[in-house]
Amino acid sequence: MTRQFDYVVIGNSAGSVGCIEMLRSIDRSGSIALIAEETRRVYSRALLPYYLSGGIDLEKMYYRKADFYEQLKVTALLGQKAVHIDADKKEALLSGNERIGYKKLLLATGGRPLIPPVEGLDRENIFNFLNMDDVLKIEKALENAQSAVVLGGGVIGLMAAEALSKRGLQAHVVELAGRVLAPVVDEPVSNLLKALFIEKGVQVITNNTIKEIKGGSAVESVVLTDGVQIPCDMLVLAMGVAPRVELGVSAGLKIDRGILVNERMETSRSDLYACGDCAQGYDSVAGISRVIPLWPNAYLGGRIAGSNMAGGKRENIWSTSMNSMHFFDLCLIAAGLNVSAEDPGGFTNISRLDPQKKYYRKFTLREGRIAGFILAGKISRAGIFVNLMRTKADVSQFTDDLFNEDFGYGSIPEELRWELLKKDLIPGVVNGDGRIRT
Amino acid sequence: MGKILIKPEVCIGCHLCEIWCVVAHSRTKDILKAFLLEKPAALSRVIVEERLPVTFALQCRHCSEPDCVFACISGALYKDSVSGRVIHDPEQCVGCYSCVLVCPYGGIFIDRENKKVTKCDLCEGFEKPYCVSHCPNGALVYADQEEGGVIDDPAV
Repeated sequence: MTRQFDYVVIGNSAGSVGCIEMLRSIDRSGSIALIAEETRRVYSRALLPYYLSGGIDLEKMYYRKADFYEQLKVTALLGQKAVHIDADKKEALLSGNERIGYKKLLLATGGRPLIPPVEGLDRENIFNFLNMDDVLKIEKALENAQSAVVLGGGVIGLMAAEALSKRGLQAHVVELAGRVLAPVVDEPVSNLLKALFIEKGVQVITNNTIKEIKGGSAVESVVLTDGVQIPCDMLVLAMGVAPRVELGVSAGLKIDRGILVNERMETSRSDLYACGDCAQGYDSVAGISRVIPLWPNAYLGGRIAGSNMAGGKRENIWSTSMNSMHFFDLCLIAAGLNVSAEDPGGFTNISRLDPQKKYYRKFTLREGRIAGFILAGKISRAGIFVNLMRTKADVSQFTDDLFNEDFGYGSIPEELRWELLKKDLIPGVVNGDGRIRT
Repeated sequence: MGKILIKPEVCIGCHLCEIWCVVAHSRTKDILKAFLLEKPAALSRVIVEERLPVTFALQCRHCSEPDCVFACISGALYKDSVSGRVIHDPEQCVGCYSCVLVCPYGGIFIDRENKKVTKCDLCEGFEKPYCVSHCPNGALVYADQEEGGVIDDPAV
């Protein structure tokens, strides 16, 4: 028997909520089914490090209120795994052989954790860091642990290491690249971060990875490629995620790294949409199609998909990589392109660094326009820089002002400022010559 | 759904909007107590932008497509479907600053005290926003967009 729905959403995180909320704002009565592997109602994966560090309680992990599905009249098929999509029959097949028919379907299946090519990963106390079960298991293992190794020095790896350190463990970060957070920030910020983590008692090991996992039933140590052995009670795998595209493959969709989508979040087959970490769309700043596995991008993608699924016409007009992070007390924002000083290509980097104050600010310019920026230490009102980047504003006449710690609309030259704020002001009553405007 | 519009030409840069914003969000709503006794003091959710001689006040625009809401990882920011206000729930906020990253107006402010953020709520519970009603020069105007017009401009 096939259960029939107008809309089917697979996955249960930011993209799926963005889609459902949009669908319901347009179509009050159409039937919506949500298919999700996890049995929990929607929670925020982005909050996992906050929970692990002890900063928030479990209840706060939930992204929407307990009656979210009920309020939005969503048939939530939680704990159900979709294993195949038949795009001809317009059906999703569940692992229990149940068939779910759809008129429009969204794939918001997220990513799967990358796993290092080493043996012994089946030992106890080796964890991923992607979902609530992972974190609850880590938390349980904390009770008897003194030392942890985190494999991966990206955003998630560093956040995991910080959380474990705050819970009293000796944490070690092992990163394959020559510096931490390399894809997201440039060298000066990587150096700031490394110094910060070391200052806080976290070991940071770069240019290295794990070649062997030792232990009995549980992990007892890891051996690095340079031969150094680190005793540990716990190994957290935080190498990043790869798009989960298998349902897209089963539906015969065009796939590169992620499921290819256009600006309306449509895949290569009609009535099938994708968003979030499983999808690959256009990066407006980089000018290429790529996976942007970030929370806001997932929510917005879901929202755009939802609008089009309900018969609207909405396009993703601008997206790029944008990260807001904080490690210990250091706030960090990076957006757009991360262009290194060593190889700037056709870009100009302008930057200021004060390692003592842990302050850094860098703008990457292309023909006088912001193509990327990094802020460390002082991040207030960073969105104004994003707005300048999004609107391709020529900043070449006020590049010095960009370094003003209190940068705001007041810092922007008049003509551009009023252009950016034109919907927010009531035009003046006095002309430049002092006459009353009519 | 309303927002506060600015009239830069009549703003005199007195910063009273910031002062009264603090009072409106203080516990006592008393200007002296708010600044002298309340610890921590409330933060202003409006900022006076200055490039002299031009000054003007700026706060959350309560966008119809609020980037901050889309970016919020904890569900602390949401758009109230009835009032149209973009609301921030400090209890749910974890201080990830994703909203600070995406707000095109720089209208979300970091609260150094609790490491969360704070923003304009259009003075929920008051007849009109304090920054509007206390601006001595009428440089802030509360506009109700759904009704298609300006409803609180003393100059009109």
